[in-house]
Amino acid sequence: MIKESSSDRLLKVIIYIVLSLFAIYCVIPFVTVISSSLSSESSILRDGYSIVPREFTLAAYNLIFKDDTIYRAYGVTIFVTVVGTAIAMLVTCALAYPLSIRALKYKNGINFYVYFTMLFHGGLVANYLLISKYLGMRDSIWVLIIPALVSPWNMFLMRNFFKSVDESLAESAKIDGANDIYIFYKIVLPISLPALATVGLFYAMAFWNKWFEAMLYISDENKFPLQYLVMRIMNNADFANQLSAKISLPNYVVPTLSTRLATTVVTIGPIIFLYPFLQKYFVKGLMVGAVKG
Amino acid sequence: MKDSVALRTRTPDTDVRKKGGAFLTEIRKHGLLYLLTLPGILLIFVFSYLPMGGIVIAFQNFNAIKGIAGSEFVGFKNFEFFIQSNEVLHVIFNTLFLNALFILFGTCASVAIAVMFSELGGKWFKRIVQSLVTLPNFLSWTVIAMFVTALLSSDTGMLNKWLISFGFEPISFFNEPAIWPIILVLIKIWQGAGFGAIVYLATITGINPDIYESASIDGASRWKKIRYITLPLLKPTVILMMLLAMGGIFYGDFGMIYAIVGRNVLLYPTTDVIDTYVFRALMELNDMGMAAAVGVFQSLVGFILVITVNQLARKFSPDSALF
Repeated sequence: MIKESSSDRLLKVIIYIVLSLFAIYCVIPFVTVISSSLSSESSILRDGYSIVPREFTLAAYNLIFKDDTIYRAYGVTIFVTVVGTAIAMLVTCALAYPLSIRALKYKNGINFYVYFTMLFHGGLVANYLLISKYLGMRDSIWVLIIPALVSPWNMFLMRNFFKSVDESLAESAKIDGANDIYIFYKIVLPISLPALATVGLFYAMAFWNKWFEAMLYISDENKFPLQYLVMRIMNNADFANQLSAKISLPNYVVPTLSTRLATTVVTIGPIIFLYPFLQKYFVKGLMVGAVKG
Repeated sequence: MKDSVALRTRTPDTDVRKKGGAFLTEIRKHGLLYLLTLPGILLIFVFSYLPMGGIVIAFQNFNAIKGIAGSEFVGFKNFEFFIQSNEVLHVIFNTLFLNALFILFGTCASVAIAVMFSELGGKWFKRIVQSLVTLPNFLSWTVIAMFVTALLSSDTGMLNKWLISFGFEPISFFNEPAIWPIILVLIKIWQGAGFGAIVYLATITGINPDIYESASIDGASRWKKIRYITLPLLKPTVILMMLLAMGGIFYGDFGMIYAIVGRNVLLYPTTDVIDTYVFRALMELNDMGMAAAVGVFQSLVGFILVITVNQLARKFSPDSALF
């Protein structure tokens, strides 16, 4: 082991400091929003949003959980995320696995068929007309799921993983008389678990974060997903007023600002809790996919 | 590689003779596999290829009741306003300018983070920091927009409270279009730089450790090793990633800009991009023909860009070309 020189040690200290600062930069908005959602409305109006909660109160959370708007939006988002991710994984893997097999004759054609959609788009207008006019998916919860079932990017990521699976495994099973679907299901899928976790996470995040499609196609308030609810609340101050219409207390300040933040916190909550468990998978998964890419 | 060898060894005349039969043999042999691909192929056809047919709307005086089949053709009339208004040129400029900033600063930040990570030995610090810096990537832009308001709004925003407490004048960020390119770049780095670093970190991890070891034996300092080993070996990946990003330079980040800027007309001069413009033409002006015309223009130029960029990538490193 070579001894570290002082300049090396200095560089290391600088790296620690810069990375810590960047991490703080990344975290401050989270902390601000969480703390402010726990602050009283009057303190926010007086002192602004802050990193530490001022005049700690759960008023905003009490208010949003009293109404069933947030529960409904949660229901929609959870349904879209769970059902969407499950179907998307099935369809994506079913497309990616054959394309990973070298002996498949028409795989290049299919590859290009998928890849071309990443290069050329019909545009917003055509998509809008197709979905709202010709497919009649307006105000259906499935409009958040079906058009997003195959992401070419995720499909190619998955295919690259399958490609890295040793083909001799499949071949020996084939000699034993197993068919392709059996091999896929019993041999390839189990050893691709990190890949499945990575791509599954990407799909789940995409479904969890959907709002644009809701804005375009959904006008029924009962079918708003969480993220779109956040959007509506941000642009519309009436939400808190509606929620607190029933409350008649003297000196009651409607927590308009903190309600917005509380709704935001409630929206990101599950991600923050799940994230540390999934992180090691996708870092590893992405690395393999990127290197093999 | 094996495929191309097989292609070369196959003689042309057997190819012609077997053509009809070859298809059936292939289906018989791999029928189940092709069956597996069907749902995906169908979905892609409906949601990606059918809309491509919708391009004709750009050349029509589109009438929602008559539909695509019934509306009359007007040729390039919908494209006339390209010449008439400079609004479109302005929006195109914003799209290119903002994306160029995002690519440049985003890549620099990601590379810097990746290099710094690779220099650290300590496990827990690395893991915590990595979690924190990749986390913002998983938030939706609507949530990020809420964060931005909490930090920047003029009366209650945290940044302005800080400015005041240090004796500075508060800035009403949402009325100042000139600073928004910087703000958007900072948000983009906040959101994506940590996640983007993963690819570069993967490349650095793949560098042969012997190279560093022999450099250390020769007395190279940590900085010299970064400067003369890590960065040069990262260069191909960096160029490839930049080229890939440049293929999409004609597409504005609609989610980001619409969620954060929304309908704040004051900020349009620097933040309005092609995608938000098309969206407004469609939803607010209800001008399908014009919206479609801008969309077609965007798709076409975007397509040409991707092809060009891929050509460049192939020239630069044959392995990294996409097709």
